[in-house]
Amino acid sequence: MFARRNLIVGLLLGLVACKGNQPAPAPAASDVAPALKKEDAISLTGAGATFPYPLYSKWISEYNKLNPNVKINYQSIGSGGGIRQITANTVDFGATDAPMKEDETKQASGKLFHIPATIGAVVIAYNLPEAKGALKLTPEVLVAIYAGKITMWNDPKIKADNPEAKFPAKDISVVYRTDGSGTTAVFTDYLGKVSPDWKEKVGVGKVVKWPTGLGAKGNEGVTGQVKTTPYTIGYIERAYASQNKLPMAELKNKAGKFVAPTIEAMSAAADAVEVPEELFVSLADADGDAVYPITSYSYLLLYEDAKDAVKGEALAKYVWWGLHDGQKFSKDLDYAPIPQKVLSKVEGRLKQLRSGDKKLLTGA
Amino acid sequence: MLSRYARRKFMNVFVRSTCVAATVIALIPLVSVLYYVTSRGIGGISLDFFSELPKPVGESGGGMANALVGTLKLIFLACVFGIPPGVLAGVYLAEFGASRFGKLVRFSADVMSGVPSITVGIFVYSLVVLRAKHFSAFAGGLALGVLMLPTVTRTTEELLKLVPESLREAALGLGLPKWRATLRVMLRTAAPGIATGVMLAVARVAGETAPLLFTAFSNPFWSSGLNEPTASLPVNIYNYAVSPYEEWHRQAWAAALVLLLLVLLLNVSARLLVRSRVGAR
Amino acid sequence: MSVSHEISPLIRPRSKILTRFGREVNWGDFVFHRTTALLAALLIAALAAMAAAMVHGSAESLKTFGWGFVSSQVWDPVRDVYGALPFIYGTIASSLLALFFAVPISLGVAIFLSELAPAWLRGPVGFLVELLAAVPSVVYGLWGIFALAPWLRTTVEPFLARTLGFLPFFQGQQRGFGMLAGGIILAIMITPTISSVSREVLRAVPSALREGALGLGATPWEAVRIAVLPYARSGLVGATILGLGRALGETMAITMVIGNRSEISASLFAPSYTMASVIANEFSEATGSLYLSALAEVGLLLFVVTVLLNIVARLLVWRVAHLPQGGSL
Repeated sequence: MFARRNLIVGLLLGLVACKGNQPAPAPAASDVAPALKKEDAISLTGAGATFPYPLYSKWISEYNKLNPNVKINYQSIGSGGGIRQITANTVDFGATDAPMKEDETKQASGKLFHIPATIGAVVIAYNLPEAKGALKLTPEVLVAIYAGKITMWNDPKIKADNPEAKFPAKDISVVYRTDGSGTTAVFTDYLGKVSPDWKEKVGVGKVVKWPTGLGAKGNEGVTGQVKTTPYTIGYIERAYASQNKLPMAELKNKAGKFVAPTIEAMSAAADAVEVPEELFVSLADADGDAVYPITSYSYLLLYEDAKDAVKGEALAKYVWWGLHDGQKFSKDLDYAPIPQKVLSKVEGRLKQLRSGDKKLLTGA
Repeated sequence: MLSRYARRKFMNVFVRSTCVAATVIALIPLVSVLYYVTSRGIGGISLDFFSELPKPVGESGGGMANALVGTLKLIFLACVFGIPPGVLAGVYLAEFGASRFGKLVRFSADVMSGVPSITVGIFVYSLVVLRAKHFSAFAGGLALGVLMLPTVTRTTEELLKLVPESLREAALGLGLPKWRATLRVMLRTAAPGIATGVMLAVARVAGETAPLLFTAFSNPFWSSGLNEPTASLPVNIYNYAVSPYEEWHRQAWAAALVLLLLVLLLNVSARLLVRSRVGAR
Repeated sequence: MSVSHEISPLIRPRSKILTRFGREVNWGDFVFHRTTALLAALLIAALAAMAAAMVHGSAESLKTFGWGFVSSQVWDPVRDVYGALPFIYGTIASSLLALFFAVPISLGVAIFLSELAPAWLRGPVGFLVELLAAVPSVVYGLWGIFALAPWLRTTVEPFLARTLGFLPFFQGQQRGFGMLAGGIILAIMITPTISSVSREVLRAVPSALREGALGLGATPWEAVRIAVLPYARSGLVGATILGLGRALGETMAITMVIGNRSEISASLFAPSYTMASVIANEFSEATGSLYLSALAEVGLLLFVVTVLLNIVARLLVWRVAHLPQGGSL
């Protein structure tokens, strides 16, 4: 009775199997081809943070043009997911916005390196039909808004920093992220640094118990709410604000200056903070005139000792490329490149990658 | 006061118009969603969409060819894992299901239909992916098949139970063994209705994202065979829709439109298949 | 028990097996029975395996919080303190609200398509309703954010507040996002399931019953009410339970419109949070064994709620089926 259906299904399968074995499209003629080898195809898998996904997919595509036999598959299932997958060895590398905690690193099957790969910023987007210039916010006001202490747009504290702007007598609609996210971790890290009260009462993390507001899912959910609902304020990754043309607030940094979240301001934050041995550090509330205070690194997670030498070498070479040639794609996609002084430290760490006794990066 | 007859006539007209109104209400969101998807998605449909691999932001001409093939693979696997066990379990329930065991099975199917798709995904992840230490289309198809099972089982059971016993009696009277009577006569009669239930299940799993994230993963390149991670339309739709880029949003809507059309196509072909085999109703 | 040799070999039983009760049974029947029973058992096994996995995963959380997990309203991952009461409320309330909208409409659609619609209309309209099932969850969510929620905020919620604002269900700030939006989106998503299965069930009712009622002078609606619906009752209930199951387990679409605040409020305008949503939202990022264990326990609780609701539904049906049928004609 199901014979005919089985026949059709079988045909479909045949079609699918044929299609499935199609090789990747021929690479464009490349002018730079240092790593083209006549080897078998190498497939690498990575999982983790959503934030750097656009940049990494650009890297993967460009690297594949240069090295057609290396196929890298990165999926954004979340920083926590990335940490879990690399710990369980179902992927070759992980990616996370928030560095791993000690109890997480203990569960890994080997030593994991954090490699800062790019820099991003969390911006405060808002929907204020009456506003003309950029909204200026101080840390105290921002904390108060998210703590539910300032509830109206025409509150005198907001007016104090924005003397020329007009504010309506409307409630502030506060939006936060309901899903666990590195963006929340970075934002609350900043709030915790500028307000010990916040750190104590609410805390820092990928998911926190927000005193007030509505939860939206994902950066796009917050963006959607801010875009469609007037008098809303929310925190999102810079790319979402700039791509959706949402106004971004200027924040008062530690040095007392109101700074807009430009790429230069993000780089300034990275320049201002010394990167320690473990290669992970918080860039929130960095000290410097041109610094944008809610900036953060995004990290790649690699095992120091790769089980598969061939894959390990391919991965090491890819990450090296990403940290050098790959950085030139950052600006167009709303990321800031890794500063040179951090890069030299990272290079040293990458050279430590090995498989057994064999070092994976020689020369380069 | 209205005469009894007039009241009955009124009730008749009233209920009929209420049913029409209900249908219209049910169709309004569909029209709205379709309009939304089509108006935003039609711009992204092009030859590239069906033949190219995804390209990163900023480069034009990207497509979702691998996701389309991936979805077909996953639907196929889901049907393999979900339809035969589902239909046969439904047959068991209809034929032998009055016992305590039968009640337990029915109950399990009902409860299973309420398990969130993400839980099923996590379950298959721990069962298959963690052991194999890699993601695969196989795992994705298994998760989707498990999601299909309850709907297929219960629909088969309910529709089989409604086939008049006279048909079975006639078959048995002609000397058919019991099992043949069930399969060739009862099941065949109920087949168009069962096909509806199956198609509903397929339509639902074709659009599921959450279970695929931890099983089939995704893939920016072509995946060969069934043992590699594979791209799929729902996961791509999700990834693109939650990104900041307008051009990716357009592709997401286009993919949603294509997914809808794909399911429509499957629906039509399945109905035609069953109808031609069983006889039009 | 021997069969005449004049009957075609196709229908002559091939061989017989002696079962342990001493009866002769056709070999085909034996295999048929056992195979289908095995596959039916597969369902129980799959469910049991999932339940076991969930219990195993929530062991730590069960030990740490005990019953407090179900009664506490505090969900604080920073302090590692978890309580699931708001999610339980959100899930049950949104699913019941969805059923409240979806069941009458689905039944109306099913009756329309099986009884009232002209033949040329049935195919297309039936198709369209089923198309609702094909729309991916994510697309519903996005439509909800950009089309449904603003419409609720600007048109529906002010209207409800003006007319029925004295009820606690329609008070509070009107944001569009909230329990009402969640219930409506769920209702839209489960309508195709309930209506399609119901339609097939109604179609499968033998026309002799319908014709008999009509022949006795019933109006078309009365024929449906008296002859068709009672016969189809089991199938209709099955359809509704399938729809309920779908509503309980829905993650993506509802989390995008329900506001995701773990608070309990009677108002339909207020944001809420469902168990499936919290798992979907926080699982990818969750690290820390107690956190993951708490999420697993939420999954286990959802399971328990599903079981309980199913039992209640079955009991209701049993009660209704056993009520005296006086005066139905």
